[in-house]
Amino acid sequence: MDRELRVLLLSGLAVAAVAVPPRAAAQEAPATATTTPQVVEPRVQRREVNPPGLDTENFEAGAFVGTISIEDFGASVVYGGRLAYHFTEDVFAEATLGTAKAGKTSYEDLSGSAELLSDDDRQFTYYDLSVGWNALPGEVFLGGRRAMPSAVYFTLGAGSTRFGGDDHFTVALGAGLRVLANDWVAVHLDARDVAFESDLLGKDKLTHNLQFTFGLTAFF
Amino acid sequence: MTRPAPTHRLRLVTCLLLGMLAAGPLHAAAGMQAVVQDPYLELRTGPGRGFPVAQVVDQGAEVSLLRRRTDWIKVRGANGVEGWAHRSQLERTLTTDGEPLALPGPAPESRTAHRWEVGLATGDLDGASVVGAGAAYLVTPSLVVRADVAQLLGNASNGWLGTVGVAHVFMPQWRVSPFVGIGGGALRIEPKATLVQPEDRSDTIAYAGIGLRGYLTDRFMLQAEYREFVVFTSRDDNEEIDEWTVSFAYFF
Repeated sequence: MDRELRVLLLSGLAVAAVAVPPRAAAQEAPATATTTPQVVEPRVQRREVNPPGLDTENFEAGAFVGTISIEDFGASVVYGGRLAYHFTEDVFAEATLGTAKAGKTSYEDLSGSAELLSDDDRQFTYYDLSVGWNALPGEVFLGGRRAMPSAVYFTLGAGSTRFGGDDHFTVALGAGLRVLANDWVAVHLDARDVAFESDLLGKDKLTHNLQFTFGLTAFF
Repeated sequence: MTRPAPTHRLRLVTCLLLGMLAAGPLHAAAGMQAVVQDPYLELRTGPGRGFPVAQVVDQGAEVSLLRRRTDWIKVRGANGVEGWAHRSQLERTLTTDGEPLALPGPAPESRTAHRWEVGLATGDLDGASVVGAGAAYLVTPSLVVRADVAQLLGNASNGWLGTVGVAHVFMPQWRVSPFVGIGGGALRIEPKATLVQPEDRSDTIAYAGIGLRGYLTDRFMLQAEYREFVVFTSRDDNEEIDEWTVSFAYFF
């Protein structure tokens, strides 16, 4: 059973529910109503104009590359893609797909012959659907002339990992730094724990597969 | 013990990354203009409430709206100053025709007046873990049409579940409201290969559900649901299984 994973995920959701900050109250003070008395009420139908040419850029898509330490199978190059939608300046949803080719266990290396997994089964592929929170927004200074908007964010999500010929329920816990190089290109440094229960080496255990990546994304 | 992926893949990823940097801006500047009505319009250095106000545009001056990110709009003043203004302040500007400018966004009334919901879900279906996503359309504030798809990850088998259904929300104006729903769909079960090779099977299903939905803010909600499924198997007996899920949804 994935009880530990579920407890982890649900406690995270509960924390997120409490942590979702209220909207910036200071920004949304109602317009001061003008109270000029009017003798004749003009019968003009006010038409609200919605700017047609305004480009709304709440989607963010891109690719990442880095290293993942697959528990018992060494560290490998990992790469993949991410698609995010920013709901507010604080909260976003994110879908991530990543893949890596697992190495050999120490046992396989030492024994010299016994292969635990076929070549196909060594392909480690995961996806997750996460909710993210820009916990520490700010600016990054590059030299004395450039200030770039940035945010340290945390993500929590669930998904699936295909490894060793089986699909595993996966909880993904991440933290990262996003720096906007210009208005629409962002650079990411991301750390992520891809955790799932595996019985690949004989008995059930929760495996933590830590991943560190560098990514580039574009807002559109 | 690092075993790098084949080099041609690495090269492909590198090319993609470099290509993104090299590509020109995706969007030309938009031409929408607005006239400031407040004493001044505050322009911040970034799209967030914590960024400092670095510039202001005076009352009566025109600004061009360039791009929008969440609730922040990048504008350019006539004298070339650029910065990010909040939606709420831009809504107090007028277009050059003198019409009020409307920028779609959330408001307290959107809790009952919204049309769409999209969400991510997780839970348990008869012992298997559920990872899902769904969308809902509100025909009226109390009548919801919804579609969900989920991957099922269990000890003995994996699978997929797709459902379409309707739900009735009893008190949509309450912060937390109960609802009931019915629907149908398809369930695909793929038993794991380590057992005797049984066949994958797909069955139609129907469900009845009960749950609670609550608004976290003017755009996010949390929903908990219990569903009882009837699986119309090709065998003599139908199967009954139950599912509980928790989902996090955005509405607009």
